[in-house]
Amino acid sequence: MSWARLAAIIRKELIQVRRDRLTLALVVGIPVVELLMFGYALNAVTDHIATVVYDESGTASSREFARAFENSTYFSLVRWVSSRDEAMRAIDSGEAKVALVIPPDFGDRTIAGRLTSAQLIVDGSDPSVAQTALFSGGLVAQAQSGVVTLETLARAGAGAPRGGIELRPVVLYNPRMVSVMFMVPGLIGIILQMQAVLLTALAVVRERERGTLEQLIVSPVRPAELMLGKVLPNVVLCLVSTGLTLLVARVLFGIVPRGSLLDLYVLTLPFLFGSLGIGLAISVVARNQAQALQMTMFTLLPSILLSGFLYAREGMPAIFQAIGLFIPMTYYLQVLRGVIVKGVGLEVLWPQFAALSLFAVLVMTVSLVRFRKTIE
Amino acid sequence: MTSVSANGDLAISVRGLTRRFGDRTAVSDVSFDVLRGEVFAFLGPNGSGKSTTIRMLCGILEPSAGTGTVLGYDIARQPEQIKQRIGYMSQRFSLYEDLTVRENLEFYAGIYEVPRADLAARIDELVAMAGLNGRERQIAGQLSGGWKQRLALGCAIVHRPPLLFLDEPTAGVDPVSRRDFWTMIHGLAASGVTVFATTHYLDEAEHAARVAMIHDGVLTALATPAEFKSGFLRGHLFGVTSAAPLRALDVLRGLPGLVDVSLYGDALHVLVSSGGAADIEAALTVAGIEDGHAVPIAPSLEDVFISLMRRHQDPAEQPR
Ligand SMILES: Nc1ncnc2c1ncn2[C@@H]1O[C@H](COP(=O)(O)OP(=O)(O)OP(=O)(O)O)[C@@H](O)[C@H]1O
Ligand SMILES: [Mg+2]
Repeated sequence: MSWARLAAIIRKELIQVRRDRLTLALVVGIPVVELLMFGYALNAVTDHIATVVYDESGTASSREFARAFENSTYFSLVRWVSSRDEAMRAIDSGEAKVALVIPPDFGDRTIAGRLTSAQLIVDGSDPSVAQTALFSGGLVAQAQSGVVTLETLARAGAGAPRGGIELRPVVLYNPRMVSVMFMVPGLIGIILQMQAVLLTALAVVRERERGTLEQLIVSPVRPAELMLGKVLPNVVLCLVSTGLTLLVARVLFGIVPRGSLLDLYVLTLPFLFGSLGIGLAISVVARNQAQALQMTMFTLLPSILLSGFLYAREGMPAIFQAIGLFIPMTYYLQVLRGVIVKGVGLEVLWPQFAALSLFAVLVMTVSLVRFRKTIE
Repeated sequence: MTSVSANGDLAISVRGLTRRFGDRTAVSDVSFDVLRGEVFAFLGPNGSGKSTTIRMLCGILEPSAGTGTVLGYDIARQPEQIKQRIGYMSQRFSLYEDLTVRENLEFYAGIYEVPRADLAARIDELVAMAGLNGRERQIAGQLSGGWKQRLALGCAIVHRPPLLFLDEPTAGVDPVSRRDFWTMIHGLAASGVTVFATTHYLDEAEHAARVAMIHDGVLTALATPAEFKSGFLRGHLFGVTSAAPLRALDVLRGLPGLVDVSLYGDALHVLVSSGGAADIEAALTVAGIEDGHAVPIAPSLEDVFISLMRRHQDPAEQPR
């Protein structure tokens, strides 16, 4: 290993990164654009769901009930309609995703202290909206029954409420169940993997495409020097970019990691090296930059689909759960959600650290062997 | 140098060098020696195995059979020693087009571990040699072909290698730049550097002390340019002019004693094993071409080359 040669390669890589628009776009553009797109799309649909109200009761208690929906901020009352048909049309036309239908006897029954029901009609074509609507609608109704019960008791002359059972659902870690809080940490991992794999694969494939790789192969440069020279600048780039992603997440969505940043970075390193190793493996087989890009996207798919990023692993068929165990993103996702959302650190996440490190060592070794072969 | 071959004045020596790709033989049983300080040209058409031969000599491609030494080191077993001591300019000038002239030179200086103390002086020297003064900060991708080529040469010799491999160094470069380039090569050779250059330009091979011709992976001839011209043509060469060269070509294909006839611009080159200018003119007159005029000419390397190629393709040497 010659430090002079390694330094020459690293210097050259850094100059090229500075001049290459594509690389800069990858490092700076992707975190901002992806977070904006994903984050806002998610944020927009799960808050302030457009809602119309058909209030057949027309009483103070029914209006109060409807307002409770609005106050929850999950729903926005866009219009009061005057028939069930009108409510359905509002959903059909897309004006509203949800219709709240309050029956004529709602007011009387609440005052009489009898069980009352209202209907929530939900547009199921967007499952994430429907899920949020059903879940948070249930919460609002439950909270409101609590209020009604207390009022009824008070009116019956029971005086100040003494006990009674009040159900207060508590959602851990992510009290508002905002999906941004669920998605963004995972997104940080997806962005990091994409960058690390693509930057490394492109750095090598570009040289092959332009013929400079052959010039290097004829020089005394050793495969390990070339590989390190390609990988080390990307380690720095990717860590900086992850910092940027965290910053963007904070500015746009107010997401501040609850755990230690140092722990987060320590836990990120083995994942990063594993991803850089995948990039090297791709660079061995890809003949041109377009192929490298395709292969990168291909390796990203299982990370998106099977790691628990989009769908909870618990709900998957056993076979996919098993496959997920061999995907580094599965563990890194636990790291990200653990540190950012739950505020835990290495003391809890060391098994994930071990799994990620094992993967990184394996991939790097295989890549170095294959890399050496194609170069010699 | 730690190891020197028995024959210390050979820069390159190969015997029976062969390389197969699948069932295709790219280089077949090639043997030759290159003397130290010699400019040696490897001449062949596209796909004849020139690059494959160079790659084996540089130690980056394993021979399927045969042996060879470069600067006394075994090409199969000591590629690392070879790599440190040779300069190599690949077929596509392998510059980093997004780096400046100076950054390219500095990068290769780092790769070849040129001592820091010499670095600045060496780079200035190379910039001057390549005529790139004042362009050190220019991005290499914006240079014209001739400048790129000279910069690539500068990068290849930044560590003062005693042996320089050039793979089609002048492909796609204008004639003036080609001449300047060869002037630089002769300067290097005069200072004792051995140069091994491949080319498919025949006129370029005349710059070499010796020329090896390769065709379909087989070495067909090896001699000095002068020997080629005097000895390799079997017969006498005539230049024939006429107002109707294409018709004359048809007529002369039937000439008794013809070895070869081909069109050069609007003149014909006719190679015959017997007979003289008068016989050619007579044959044309008989066929109704009155203005045919034949004169004996000195063969160019191209004539020899084409003749050798035809002979190789068709060992029976049937005139066509
Ligand atoms: N890596 C390879 N795999 C398979 N075939 C190859 C490989 N490299 C070269 N060949 C084949 O070997 C033959 C000789 O190729 P080579 O590149 O040595 O020719 P060349 O004389 O350098 O030609 P050119 O003037 O086009 O550069 C060609 O037919 C080529 O297709
Ligand atoms: Mg070639």
